[in-house]
Amino acid sequence: MSDVPSGLKYTREHEWLRQEGDGTVVVGITDHAQHQLGELVYVELPDAGRSLAAGDAMAVVESTKAASDVYAPVAGAIVEVNPALASEPELVNSDPYGRGWLVRLKPAAGSTDGLMDAAAYGALLAADH
Amino acid sequence: MREPLIFEQSRPGRRAPSQAPATPPAAEDLPAGLLRRAPPPLPEVSELQVVRHFTRLSQLNFSIDTHFYPLGSCTMKYNPRASNKLAMLPGFLERHPLEPESHAQGVLECLYELQEMLKAVTGMCGVSLTPMAGAQGEFAGVAMIRAYHLARGDTERNQIIVPDAAHGTNPATATMCGCEVVEIPTGPDGDVDVQALRAAVGPRTAGIMLTNPSTLGVFERGIADIADVVHAAGGLLYYDGANLNAILGRALPAAMGFDVVHINLHKTFSTPHGGGGPGAGIVAVTERLEPFLPIPIVGRRDGGYVWLAEADRPRSIGRLSGFMGNTGILLRAYVYMRLLGAEGMRRVSGYAALNANYLMKRLAAAGFSPAYPRRRASHEFIISLKDIARDTGVNAMDFAKALLDRGFHAPTTYFPLLVPECLLIEPTESEARQELDAFAQAMVEVRDLALRDAAEVKRAPVTTPVRRLDDVRAARQLDLTWQSRKPPQE
Repeated sequence: MSDVPSGLKYTREHEWLRQEGDGTVVVGITDHAQHQLGELVYVELPDAGRSLAAGDAMAVVESTKAASDVYAPVAGAIVEVNPALASEPELVNSDPYGRGWLVRLKPAAGSTDGLMDAAAYGALLAADH
Repeated sequence: MREPLIFEQSRPGRRAPSQAPATPPAAEDLPAGLLRRAPPPLPEVSELQVVRHFTRLSQLNFSIDTHFYPLGSCTMKYNPRASNKLAMLPGFLERHPLEPESHAQGVLECLYELQEMLKAVTGMCGVSLTPMAGAQGEFAGVAMIRAYHLARGDTERNQIIVPDAAHGTNPATATMCGCEVVEIPTGPDGDVDVQALRAAVGPRTAGIMLTNPSTLGVFERGIADIADVVHAAGGLLYYDGANLNAILGRALPAAMGFDVVHINLHKTFSTPHGGGGPGAGIVAVTERLEPFLPIPIVGRRDGGYVWLAEADRPRSIGRLSGFMGNTGILLRAYVYMRLLGAEGMRRVSGYAALNANYLMKRLAAAGFSPAYPRRRASHEFIISLKDIARDTGVNAMDFAKALLDRGFHAPTTYFPLLVPECLLIEPTESEARQELDAFAQAMVEVRDLALRDAAEVKRAPVTTPVRRLDDVRAARQLDLTWQSRKPPQE
């Protein structure tokens, strides 16, 4: 069964979001998503400073099976992207909630409403099986 | 047994004098500064070594000429020898692309008739044979849609709608043409979600790209509604001809409401396929897009055949290559169509659908799960191995590898993406029932082995020249060239 840590927010498209103390959020893809994709061979990340609406395609994760868009879970601006992924895309597989994070966003006010908590996301995964 | 690389067979000083003279001819007329200081690092081998090496490599082919090849979406069907033979008549092979029209009337007549036949099988009113491959055909199609909107002064239409089941080339094409991609979902039975389409269209809609039958192997039942919605919004319909072989002689893309079609001749019209080309991705259009067709086109004038180019077709999107398409491939498709005739082409789609449905039923009866059990297959179908993967750990890729050991090319794996652990299976019309039965039997054997000894399936393939490849490492550390251990002296 996939790992779904509590304390994070989740989307139906299998992104996770963690609120940091400094008003930014960190976004990645879930353990379930990395498992479905298989070993990643390439991660394409946006430029820092880019503004996104919720649901915009912001990154691409590519495995030997497929290239998939990663969507912005909230509206906001890219503050920083994970520099390690350029040479080590496999971090997303080995540590999806930690060293495999994708981007740090400065969200627009109030925009994390409507995301799922761990219990709801876990139920979504269970319903898919 | 592994065949060593030709470089690995090299021994210093060994040579084949008839091919490589011991004393190289002098190159006195080249400036000294441009001459090599050391000979190039070519393999040093005998003539017989070369003959054996390449003969052995040719015997390692896993191809439609040697094996059943049910690679879904790719239509790996038999390429008739007659098409090859007639397209390689000396009069075709030895012509020069710049020879005057008066010397090329024969080949121009064949190409003109091919244009006319392609109009007949699509219902369209104009054809250009120029695109050199499916990707270029797609590019031409969307470029014409863009040109059409711009010519009307409608400059805001830059969104192309693509269903989530589409070939990955469709969104790539739209992006190449400077458009934004708007993705719409597929309903539970494999049809496009028309409600989502209604919500997606608007004043920025340039068009929609659809494959029908879709990549899910089912006919798009809502096509009339889709055409109405897109046309009412001011957009055009692009038909990806990847699956035209399923409806050949039975349904016309123009009658479904499409405005432009590209056709992979290497699929539907059975020209040689794979290995990266050469391909042919002809485009056919309705009247409103006709002025924009890529050039050159073969026309008739004063009782003869002529190239129509810039002067005749000033609104064309232009040229896609130096001359006009891959003529050798176009001629093969021409021969194929002439050999079959209208009735024969109808039989092609009939048997393609019959074979796909027969194999789907055989596999379903053996306990496999079709992705769309309530739908009749068109020319291909999907089974999902999700349950087997969950219960045994043996996934679609393991099945694919194990089939190689049983003498079958694997079906397409993990496409379309929206069906988990899927195999997309396209038997084509070429195969006899015995071959389909043998494939179904092999699938059952692999499944039974997975239930008994999953590790054994995961070891596959064991009979192929190379075992399981590390495709992750190959993608992460792309290295396409053999490097001499001893680099040449500078």
